[in-house]
Amino acid sequence: MICLVPALLVVTDAFELTGRLGANPVEEIQDRFGIWALRFIMITLAVTPLRRLTGWNWLARFRRMFGLFTFFYVLMHFLTWLILDQGILLSAILEDIVERPFITIGFAALLLLTALAATSTNGMRRRLGRRWQTLHNATYLIGLLGVWHYWWQVKKDITEPLNYALILAVLLGARIWWRWRRRK
Amino acid sequence: MLIKKPTDIRPSEITSEQNYLNRRDFIRAGAIVGGSVLAPAAISAVVPKGHGARLGDIRRSKFSTDEASNSFEDISTYNNYYEFGTGKADPHENAQDFEPRPWTISVEGHAEKTGTFDFEDFVRPFDLEERIYRMRCVEAWSMVIPWVGISLAEVVKHFNPTSKAKYVAFETLNDPSRMPGLRRRSLDWPYREGLTIAEATNPLPILAVGLYDQVLPNQNGAPIRLVVPWKYGFKGIKGIVRMRFTEQRPDTSWNMAQAREYGFYANVNPEVDHPRWSQARERRIGSGLFASKQPTLMFNGYGDQVAHLYKGLDLRRNY
Repeated sequence: MICLVPALLVVTDAFELTGRLGANPVEEIQDRFGIWALRFIMITLAVTPLRRLTGWNWLARFRRMFGLFTFFYVLMHFLTWLILDQGILLSAILEDIVERPFITIGFAALLLLTALAATSTNGMRRRLGRRWQTLHNATYLIGLLGVWHYWWQVKKDITEPLNYALILAVLLGARIWWRWRRRK
Repeated sequence: MLIKKPTDIRPSEITSEQNYLNRRDFIRAGAIVGGSVLAPAAISAVVPKGHGARLGDIRRSKFSTDEASNSFEDISTYNNYYEFGTGKADPHENAQDFEPRPWTISVEGHAEKTGTFDFEDFVRPFDLEERIYRMRCVEAWSMVIPWVGISLAEVVKHFNPTSKAKYVAFETLNDPSRMPGLRRRSLDWPYREGLTIAEATNPLPILAVGLYDQVLPNQNGAPIRLVVPWKYGFKGIKGIVRMRFTEQRPDTSWNMAQAREYGFYANVNPEVDHPRWSQARERRIGSGLFASKQPTLMFNGYGDQVAHLYKGLDLRRNY
């Protein structure tokens, strides 16, 4: 439930109950959903390293939920862009997806996430067997695409995307390190 | 013409009509006592100190658009001014304690009249005019802003540039102790901008000193900033401390930062996209959550006044 608070705040801020969305509400909504999507993929990717370090195995139960919230926020980010920003103007949308590399990357991440969300049920997991894990390793790629998408769209000040890139580097680096040690 | 009233002026900030008239009388009386023969028109550009102080003797301009202006709040809380931070709410947040006066402007280079001038002396010879202009940001959003300022063409003429002067270059204050954004190298400081002499002597550009008939808010570039309505907003350099007449094209900040994305001319042009996003449409700030974007106009709709400046110039290459 706590994971829905950022989304609820967008709604209550839109009615100026809790805060405000500012002079450019469309951009603000899109940015907030985008940032929370990035935060949730980082949280999802932090589950396994945190489990290893602390031995808190109960964390594993939340991993799928965090992943699905990542999908939820990416989807909201995408829908905000599609409906509020582009006004469902199909020609402009297609042009952006094809011609603007940072949008292409973001769209690719959304497609991958959709595939993961669709195969996230226990039934699908059983049905796919070993291929399920291979497919769900795409999470790492989605994290990379997400940070790249953010990095590429800022005008000049890359401080924020750099922060996410560093967090991602630590989370993925830990996995590479552990794998390397196991092999030795 | 519909001129919306700013919504967030506290009643205490508004000079009563009586005080306002008294002040003008006082100034005139002072001028007479001083043995001066100043006619009322010659004391036109008086810019008082202090947040939100009212400007007087403002002429309305024929160049103003009759589109509805954005609210004072939108204009003063959402803009770019990297000297106060790179977020669009940062300037409003971080410029509140900025003290824009006293202020001097240094005029240099190929002109007959040069030197360092107090802000008051710099603006005094000119008339204050309201110019309600469209403002198109390179980030694809736009506003309508009721500036108050002085004609840049008049200012240029006043300093009498020589035949060697082909460009006018401007610089922003570079004082990290007063502008927190300068402590990070988000751009190569000081902020620099420039125009060709032909652009600078076109009747449209102004040096703005006010907004909504008040003294320019700090976050919008107090005490004096450039407004060039047919160019992307980043050409409108804020907090100007230096104006230089040059023979060579001056370096300009965004061009120095990313030449492929930001050119020297930076004319609003819906046909030449930013490498990373389309410039064909723009979001008009204040139009609401469900309003669609509107088409961007060539030269931001000021083609009648400025298109001739670029005859024979390949605008795709000279973006």
